[in-house]
Amino acid sequence: MLALTLPRKTKAHAIPAGWKLAGLAIVSALVFPIANIFLLSGLLVGVAILHLLLGRDVLRYAIWMMRPIAVFAAVILLFHIFTSDFIAGLSIILRMLTLVALANLVTMTTKLSEMITIVEYCLTPLAKLGVNTRVFGVATAMVIRFTPVLINKASALRESWRARSAKRAGWRIVMPLFLTAVDDADRVAEALKARGGV
Amino acid sequence: MERNIAYVALFAALIAALGLLPKFTLVSGIPITAQSLGIMLCGTVLGSKRGTMAVVLFLVLVALGLPLLAGGRGGLGVFGTPWAGFLFGFPFAAFFAGFIMENFKFGSIAVVAGIAAVIGGIGVLYAIAIPYYMVGTGKGVIESTATMMPFIPGDLIKAVLAGIITQALYKARPAAVFSRA
Repeated sequence: MLALTLPRKTKAHAIPAGWKLAGLAIVSALVFPIANIFLLSGLLVGVAILHLLLGRDVLRYAIWMMRPIAVFAAVILLFHIFTSDFIAGLSIILRMLTLVALANLVTMTTKLSEMITIVEYCLTPLAKLGVNTRVFGVATAMVIRFTPVLINKASALRESWRARSAKRAGWRIVMPLFLTAVDDADRVAEALKARGGV
Repeated sequence: MERNIAYVALFAALIAALGLLPKFTLVSGIPITAQSLGIMLCGTVLGSKRGTMAVVLFLVLVALGLPLLAGGRGGLGVFGTPWAGFLFGFPFAAFFAGFIMENFKFGSIAVVAGIAAVIGGIGVLYAIAIPYYMVGTGKGVIESTATMMPFIPGDLIKAVLAGIITQALYKARPAAVFSRA
């Protein structure tokens, strides 16, 4: 399955994931109360320069990741042009773009395995209380493994439906999809138990 | 224990798979993604506790950078938009749908599950998403609600489907419907 991380290594990959996440949290908290559009525009340009420092392809990839948000941003701006003041709408959008771009940059430059390590580290206090934190790793692996499996099953179900009917399958394949997932879950549970459990 | 983990993980994967399937186009021509149907079914099938855990697991993996949201979106950025209220509302939606299923164990499963999906997957979800959107964009109640209205018909249809699918699943695999076990 495709991940959202960059296909190549950048300088930002070397920074520990914990620092990047802490930095993101601090910057987000600081930027959130800002309403001045000049300051916000400056920050957005700063974030763009940060991308450029890592490479031009990084900026292009970041813009590609922002596409769905661009539509929403246009809708908000339109609403504000017709209803209330334009400046307020602009500052909302600038702030959103800055924070989302920065968050995406962390996602782009951090490997999934590092992120999972961070979550496990955050769960350590729970481990001291007697909660089995290994469960998170096992469940994560299962989701990553089974999402493509279920997508393949869904397309197989859709093809077999279309072999028999001129109409599209639509929602009717959801029930058999759940049925296969439930049966898989039972088998996986048995297999886990047979191998010594979690 | 193993069975709980397997069901929670598989249902998290189902939410992802439903979001990544091509959109269904209903008779009325409203294109809907099935992701929120997955959230409703987590509640109505797995019950409040396991259903919430499946949704939380799904969201954590999205935050870690897996492109599991409808349209292949994901990463930390998706939690920074004014629409992220829907994402934060998903676990509560599943919890309340499951809670209703567990506490009204009479009558037709399809009807109870359908009502649970409406209350959890629409009522509770929008009760979180709309205020979140208002804070994020500085708009009033009426404007924010109006922005989200176009999704309601699709959500109602999904709630009906959630009812039908929960009952069908109960007939085929009663042990899998934890909310009634």
